[in-house]
This record gives sequence, C-alpha cells and structure tokens, in this order.
Amino acid sequence: MKEFRLMKGNEALAEAAIRCGCDAYFGYPITPQSEVLEYLSLEASARTGMVVLQAESEIASINMVYGAAGTGKRVMTSSSSPGMSLMQECISYIACAELPCLLVNVVRGGPGLGTIQPSQGDYFQAVKGGGHGDYSLIVLAPSTVQEMVDFVRLGFDLAFKWRNPVLILTDGALGQMMEKVELFEQQPKITAVETWATVGKPKNREKNVITSLHIQAEKMEETNIHLQNKYKAIAKEETRYETVRCDDAEIILTGYGLIARICQKAAQLAREKGIKAGVFRPRTVLPFPSEALNKLAQKEIVKGFLDVEMNAGQMVEDVRLAVNGLKPVKFHGRMGGVIPSPEEVLAKIEEMFMGEPV
Amino acid sequence: MNERAMLEEEVKFSGVSYSDDICSEDNLVYEKPETLLDTPNHYCPGCGHGVVHRLLAEVIYELGIQSETIGVAPVGCAVFVYNYLNIDMSQAPHGRASAVATGIKRVYPDKYVFSYQGDGDLAAIGTAETIHTCNRGENILIVYVNNGIYGMTGGQMAPTTLPGMKSSTSPFGRDVATTGSPLKITEMIAALPGVYYATRTAVNSPNNVRKARKAILKSFEYQKLNRGLCFVEIVTNCPSNWKMTPVQSNKWLEKNMLPYYPLGDIKIPDDKEIK
Repeated sequence: MKEFRLMKGNEALAEAAIRCGCDAYFGYPITPQSEVLEYLSLEASARTGMVVLQAESEIASINMVYGAAGTGKRVMTSSSSPGMSLMQECISYIACAELPCLLVNVVRGGPGLGTIQPSQGDYFQAVKGGGHGDYSLIVLAPSTVQEMVDFVRLGFDLAFKWRNPVLILTDGALGQMMEKVELFEQQPKITAVETWATVGKPKNREKNVITSLHIQAEKMEETNIHLQNKYKAIAKEETRYETVRCDDAEIILTGYGLIARICQKAAQLAREKGIKAGVFRPRTVLPFPSEALNKLAQKEIVKGFLDVEMNAGQMVEDVRLAVNGLKPVKFHGRMGGVIPSPEEVLAKIEEMFMGEPV
Repeated sequence: MNERAMLEEEVKFSGVSYSDDICSEDNLVYEKPETLLDTPNHYCPGCGHGVVHRLLAEVIYELGIQSETIGVAPVGCAVFVYNYLNIDMSQAPHGRASAVATGIKRVYPDKYVFSYQGDGDLAAIGTAETIHTCNRGENILIVYVNNGIYGMTGGQMAPTTLPGMKSSTSPFGRDVATTGSPLKITEMIAALPGVYYATRTAVNSPNNVRKARKAILKSFEYQKLNRGLCFVEIVTNCPSNWKMTPVQSNKWLEKNMLPYYPLGDIKIPDDKEIK
C-alpha cells in the first residue's frame, strides 16, 4: 500500500533515513537544517534503534561518521554551509579511505555567516573538492521533497556500491518547504559485515586498517590512480539527468535543484510567448552529465543555453565545459539567499537571445 | 644476514660462547604476544611509544579481546601504531581520535574501543573533542602519551611544553607570559562526571612501566563493565627533539616533567567489583 504524507523537506529526508535502516546519525544544529536532527532525536531510536547523537561541533560529527562508517554501518550527517566547511578535512579522509556514508548540505547564503535563506553557493565546494587533495564525492541534487526522500535511499546504495561518500546537495527552500511525498517501506538494517570493516580482528583474517596515509609517494600515487579510475567508472555508470521539452527547444535552460523548477515555469512562460524553451536538469551534479549536454549543444535547432543559479555562476563553468563552445552559454544568478522568479528568468531569455541574433 | 647468523657473528667477535640451552621453556620470562607484530619499529632509539604499544598489545592479549578491540590512531609519531598492533584500527584526523572512537563505540557498544593520542593531538588541536568525549562519558579508553613536544613535525612547542623549555618554536624557552602554561588536561577532564578513571603514569622505569600496564588493564576491565570513560596519561620522553640521549632524557623527565606532571591516580573509581 502506498503511503503519502505532507512533509517538510528536512523531515522527509530524516524519515527516509530511518526507513533506509540507517544505523547512526551524528549532527549539530544549524539553520536551515536543524529539523533533521530534531526529527531523528524524536523518532529514530524508538523505531529502529538508530543511534542519534548531537555532537559538540560539525568537526566532531563528521569524525564520528568516519569512525562509524569504518565499521561498515549505514551512517550519515547533515549540515548547512558553514557547518559543511568545518567538515571538509574529514570528508577528504573519508573519500581517501573509501568509506561509504551519506552527507547532506542544506545550503544557505554565504559567504561567511551569510544568511539562512536558500542558496547554491556551495556548488564549487561540493563538486570541485571542498577538502584537500584529489578526491570526488557523488553529489545528488534533489529538486523536490520527493527526491529528498528518494535520494536518501539512492545515496546509501551508491555509497556502498562504490565505497564512496555521497552528498545530497539541497538548499534551505527545499529543506523548509512542504510537499506531498510517497514514502517507501521500512528497510532492514545491514547485518552482513563488510570484509574491510574495523569490527575487531578474528583469528582467520588479517587486521583491517582504515587509513588515508601512504607516506611513500609511489604508494600514494597508486592510491590516487585507483581513486581516479573509480571516479571514471562512477561517471560512466551513475550520471543522472532530466530533460523537459528539450526535443524542439531552441533555448535550453540549465539549472539544478530548486532552480530547475523555476526554469521549468520560465520555459512554460516562454512557450506561451512563442519562444521554444526547454530545461536540462542534472540530477547528479557530480558526475556531471556533460555528454548529454554536449549532444544537445550539437543539435542545429539549439540556439543557446541560459544557466540559472542561486550564486555568482558556478555550475555554469561545467555547462560551458560540456557545451565546449558549440553554442553561447549565458548566465543569470541571484546571490545571498535571493530566489529568482520565473518572470525574471523569462526576461533574461528575451534580453539575451531574442533581442539580437545569437 | 638473518638474526641467527648475526648472533653467531657476534659470538665469534666477543668470544662468548652461545648455547641454545638458554632458550628453554624453563627460562622463558617473556613471550611476544600475537597482538604485537614483528614490523621493524620506526621510533627513535629510546622513545617511549614502543613501550606503550607493547603494554597495549600485552593487555589485549592477556584479556583475550583481540577480536573485539578496535583502536584509533592519531596524527603524529604514533600514527603508525597500526603497523605494530595486530588489531583492527582506524586512523583519525589530527585531534579527532576521540570523536572517531565515539562513532565506532556508538554503533558497536559491545566492542572494546580505545584511542591513542599524543599531547599535541589531544591537548591542542583536539581539545574540544577530548573534553566532550570525556563529558559524554563514552565507554572507551583514551591513552594519552605526553612528551611535552611535537615529535613528528620536528620538535615544536606543544601545549604541554614546560616553562622555559626550548623547542624549535620556543628557541629561547617557553615564555608563559605569551604562550600560557603547560596544560594539565588530565586534571581538567578528571573534573567531569563522565570520566570514571583518570590516572597519570610514565614508562621511564620498570616500576612505572608496571604501573602503566596496570592502569591500561584496569581501564579495559572497566570498559567491559560499561563504567564510562577511562583516561590514562603516560608521561614519556622524546630524546630526538629534546636533543638528549635516551638515558639523559629519562633522567630529565624524572627531574623536570614529573614534578609538573605528578604521577598517580587523579580520579579513582569507587568500585567494589574490581580489585
């Protein structure tokens, strides 16, 4: 039987975590994602025995995740922008040690203490590194509360499939807004013990060590090559995107998360005015769907792209790399917690593409 | 050249005869536990870390808990502790070992978990994690090795460096007026209700080594009984960065470190179940 509920994004995400059979959540309060910790504190322990611990800082939370993930359990944390900055060191360790875990960034406006309003200012941090060294996360970008639910399950699956940290990159609006969601049934907890997990060394196997330290340069390079090969395989198998009315579109709007929905409305308004617009939405921003975007750019009918973001222009760099000069790529962004309106995006389409030949 | 050939070479050189009879079961006084690996040691001659590693290995072996023990390695000289102990281990970011240990213990509450940390790791960069792990009364053991200096990075001033003590970043001696006083973190955390047992030992003499061993043993026993956090500080030397011979460093430790960091129990549990 299908189970529908009207839920806030943050709470839906927390509910999905419980239903995934998540073993532990370690977190620290920060607006606009505190509902995740609050919801889990109230619900999780009694229902599934899930560990929910409020740490003394985001640094401690992510290190608790690191320790618990090393035992092969399903573990997660969530935070918002300044808190995610604090976690970056350990995320680099986790990526290098190849531990599966789920991270959530409910992004707010920055830089600095910024604002508690929604933003996409952490795109670079999420997909271009964030922490030190050459590593990549798998980054999922939900655009609805339903996807906040679905990506929790997908996130855990991908994390264990690839032994890689997975980040859900969302924002304060999706975290706070309420929508109808369909919930999946309660999943069992992991009972199998991973071969690499640090759970105590039995007589019949070598000790397991979780480390990111390989002091000899050649050995460290080997580790790097291994990671890069893994990232290539992930890009090949796990790239996800969605297109809306791109078949006959002359103008393609690109945007992820919340913005994709605004773009969809803007495209509809554009079509009402006779402008053939479509939307391209990456569902994974890392790996980025470059190939699919490039194919669109190759289409003769496509005049150009307008990338819309809630930042100064971050994903647009990936869009431009993908389009590779085949067509013009324009950008429109609002910063500091301001959400652009569909009418504003429509005005940009008209201004950028309709006034003059492109 | 293997060990035996080296020994024979030595016998030839010294003229002292060598007999296999010495290695009989009757004469057995020490056997290396299987929890300690044969890996050649990277520590400087005379360093206390090797002794502390051996004590941990012995205790884990003696209690028969190898398959139930998970250790957390720090950043610093002892990062390589996982090369020597034959147990599952996780290597933590600098200062965060007690948070990593918390994560492990919370999802595997029935396992034995300990962190192994130096003074820079635990008492400087990891102060917040240390205090809050202790305050939550996590049922783990923290082994805190204090040699008053940053070893791995080459002898910089630590939070525990003694007043007037020279280091590469206090070349004229630590000035407490500008850098504060050496941090007695064991006394600090002993004040927290979550801490069950806090003690300070050393490994500079056979007598102190025995006491340190006992403190580690007791801590694992308390952990089995779910008593809360056990904190064992072990004051050690750092001959290389103190720029002394091993013997000089142990004497210096006795004369200078121990008056500031007095040995003994700081918080004793009122526990009838443990003798």
